[in-house]
Amino acid sequence: MNYSAPKPTYRLTSKSIHVDAPLLMLLLIVVGVGLLILYSASNENMGMLLRQLMRLALAFFIMLFFAIIPPHKYKAWTPLVYFSGLLLLLAVALIGTIGKGAQRWLDFGLFRFQPSEIMKLAVPMMAAWYFDQKTSTIGYKGAIAMKELLIAGLIIFIPTVLIAKQPDLGTAIMVLVSGLCVVFLAGLSLKILLGISTLIGLCVPLLWHFMHDYQRQRIFTLINPESDPLGAGYHIIQSKIAIGSGGVFGKGWLTGSQSHLNFLPEHATDFIFAVSGEELGFLGSSILIVLLVLISLRGMQIAKEAQTTYTNLLAASLTMTFFFSAFVNIGMVMGILPVVGIPLPLISYGGTAMVTFLAGFGILMSISSHRILFTSFN
Amino acid sequence: MTRLLFKTTKNARPKLLADRARLNFLVSLVLILSSVLLLRLAYLQIAQFSRYETLSLKNQMSIIPIAPPRGIIADRNGVVLAENIPVYVLEITPERTVNMQRTVANLRALLPSITDEDVDNFKHACQQNRAYTSIPIKLKLSEDEVAIFASQQYRFPGVSIKARLMRYYPLGEIAAHVLGYVGRINVQELNQVDTSNYHGTNFIGKTGIENYYENKLHGQVGYQQVETDVSGRNVRILNKTAPISGEKLYLSLDIRLQQTAYEALKGKRGAIVAIDPRNGDVLVMASTPSFDPNLFVNGITIENYKLLSNTINRPLYNRAVRGLYPPASTIKPYVALAGLESGTVDASYSISDPGWYRLPNVRHVYHDHKKGGHGMVNIERAIRMSCDTYFFQLGHRLGISALSTMLNQFGFGQLTHIDLTEEAAGILPSSEWKQKTKGVPWYPGDTLITSIGQGFMLASPLQLANAVAALSQKGVRYRPHLLLKSVQNDRHKVYLQPVISENPVKLKHEENWGVVTEAMRSVITNNEGTGYRFGRTAPYSVAAKTGTAQVFSGRQYVGVRYENIPELLRDHSLFVAFAPVESPEIAIAVMLENDAIASAVARQMLDAYFSLKNTQKNTPKKMSGKIS
Repeated sequence: MNYSAPKPTYRLTSKSIHVDAPLLMLLLIVVGVGLLILYSASNENMGMLLRQLMRLALAFFIMLFFAIIPPHKYKAWTPLVYFSGLLLLLAVALIGTIGKGAQRWLDFGLFRFQPSEIMKLAVPMMAAWYFDQKTSTIGYKGAIAMKELLIAGLIIFIPTVLIAKQPDLGTAIMVLVSGLCVVFLAGLSLKILLGISTLIGLCVPLLWHFMHDYQRQRIFTLINPESDPLGAGYHIIQSKIAIGSGGVFGKGWLTGSQSHLNFLPEHATDFIFAVSGEELGFLGSSILIVLLVLISLRGMQIAKEAQTTYTNLLAASLTMTFFFSAFVNIGMVMGILPVVGIPLPLISYGGTAMVTFLAGFGILMSISSHRILFTSFN
Repeated sequence: MTRLLFKTTKNARPKLLADRARLNFLVSLVLILSSVLLLRLAYLQIAQFSRYETLSLKNQMSIIPIAPPRGIIADRNGVVLAENIPVYVLEITPERTVNMQRTVANLRALLPSITDEDVDNFKHACQQNRAYTSIPIKLKLSEDEVAIFASQQYRFPGVSIKARLMRYYPLGEIAAHVLGYVGRINVQELNQVDTSNYHGTNFIGKTGIENYYENKLHGQVGYQQVETDVSGRNVRILNKTAPISGEKLYLSLDIRLQQTAYEALKGKRGAIVAIDPRNGDVLVMASTPSFDPNLFVNGITIENYKLLSNTINRPLYNRAVRGLYPPASTIKPYVALAGLESGTVDASYSISDPGWYRLPNVRHVYHDHKKGGHGMVNIERAIRMSCDTYFFQLGHRLGISALSTMLNQFGFGQLTHIDLTEEAAGILPSSEWKQKTKGVPWYPGDTLITSIGQGFMLASPLQLANAVAALSQKGVRYRPHLLLKSVQNDRHKVYLQPVISENPVKLKHEENWGVVTEAMRSVITNNEGTGYRFGRTAPYSVAAKTGTAQVFSGRQYVGVRYENIPELLRDHSLFVAFAPVESPEIAIAVMLENDAIASAVARQMLDAYFSLKNTQKNTPKKMSGKIS
């Protein structure tokens, strides 16, 4: 018998452009606010602003392009993307050029490329792909057994360890979170969750042993930043001063003394939230947090409405990764989380992470806009 | 078709793995975590606002003290003796550097002229200085070095070039002891001054005038409130209070005479003090060997300091006020006055001098410096020829108490209270003094040697000049002083140093002044006089007394030619004088260690004084203002 499934029909917002209007609107607002903050944070450097604008244009183009590609194609390409990403990571480990003292980049002559960024997308895709495969397997009970957990664990941990070894703790954490999010949603039983938690608790000393000195130092200074006010604690102290001195209404755009007089380190990149805190005050910064939360909630809405296991898991994971990045960054700048190199998504100066996040949003939009059309049925 | 599609789709639709509960759990996680962020934000920005606002202001505002320019020191004619010259200084604020060791190493690579010594001094200063002050590592950068550093400054947070005023003594050794020098403030000195006024001041007077008039010279600190960025660079000045510069001091010294004195003494160990007896102005105060005070300004190197301090010449020592010597025969005029006043002797009283003197019932013989004696000697000849025998018998008959009372009136054994901190009081012996310090009673023999200025008695050249100044004024005494006037540049206020009178020496018989003065005049004019080295004829009248202080009192060198005695065992020579005799305007004391030519040096000084006076008289002052 030659059974051929009828091709699904997709809802088209327009002939070729697939966007999720609420998500796009929120993204544009946040990116716009981000550019204003960056302009001030860069000490009114037009060149920096233009470079960021060009990156944004590229990233939005990639997002719109990714939104066009239907989800089943992503699913089909997942293993290919994942394993080539893994290969590139290995390549970086072997022949990676030294960038910023750490091996993160592959130099292709014309451009340098950070394979770990691919893994931010490839790991949740692969994990989602794996559980999607499992659901079609006969006899699958809907809860994760030890064997599945082990395989999913390998899918997640191999790239995580490779990235952490580079060393890029921030990206490694993000990749780990994206993968674990999928496992959690895929039905990891609470017993196992509890077991793993205790296991991690036991592993902490071991992890401590493998940490670089600077990573350990970050944890020390998190606990007591004042202990090293001119060394590692300086970042946190200065960024707290910047935020705290902003007050309710802020010092006003372009008038933050902490960032403009360079007391605040890395104020255009990782610590850009402190600039917003200082200049826009509680009012402006809380609105910014709310906007980021709204984006996350919209992403979760898309996940809820997704119609396949793959898209459901992937959408939720991409959204949670975005939220988690924002949370860790802002928490770090406000001194409640350790200083790890995670930029504030959509706002921090820099291209690679920006492109990755918007590509992720492109996939989300694809998932949102390629839903199979239901007619109302009574 | 639609129906078919729907059915197919429905059947093909797989069971969704993620259950709603878990998705909702994640949504609530998002809400909880973002609430944590908002709460933290509110805590920092609302609850802790005032604390962080203060910290932020503290970050950007700093009050920078502006050190006042130190007052200039000039001589009585306005010749500058100590001034401030601008130099480029490379300074480091240790607290603002990232890595001190590396900063210093990189700086040395960039500017090879930074020596090990500079680095050592810098490290030393680091330990002594207050926090957050910039400490010089290299003084006097050349223009090239300034340019090289400026182009690389971004590499060196906490390092900067500052234009600083540095103390400079253009005349170097000539008046080094009087002026003294400035040096870096140390912690001890900081405790003694008004610290707020010394914010930003690096130098303080250590010795001499620089030390004594520190208050006048320092001035009032100014402040500027500036906005600074993280590397300590001033972004803009918000507020400024200008400093009030230190007062300009005019000293009573005449630097031309001082230079003559310095050159006359050069290569010898000695001191010259010249005073205007009419008011106590110190015209000359020289001490040799001397030193270059400029060496001390930047912190003297250990090697240089050893060179200056570990030598028998002791160049750092101001012999004029600290050097204590037996005054020897120079006190004979005062002893004579005591004798005349007490009525023990009168002008015509004569003795026959056999060349020695012996106390009744004592076997010891006191020799005169001239074997065979001076023949018949009255008081005038005794002074003129410096007859020891005469003064032995006079002293013996007078007794120590009358003797020291008279010498005390002329200021011996007491501080003159000149405006220098280094002054030493010397010793004027008396029976109480001996009992107290030595625990032994006074013997008549002590009186004898005291009456010729030997024995326990010690005096400084300043005291000698001060005493002869009093003698020249017939007992009217003024406190010697170096400051003539001080001018506050900013406010055009002039302070004139008052002439301070000291207790005068009062004689019952005024004519006794004349007796002693005429005797002292004959020291120079009479062929018998001891002042032959001074010269018998001077174009001005002089009253003088020579002195020879024994350094070694043994028989070993009796009769040995002066040149053959080891230098350090040779006698010191002294000379005191005033001129002109009729209306004295200069009193001088010359002291030379282990050298005999004090009289000749005094002649040079007095010649210089009178020739300067004549040239000033003959060339009328240039009219100021050339507009015509």
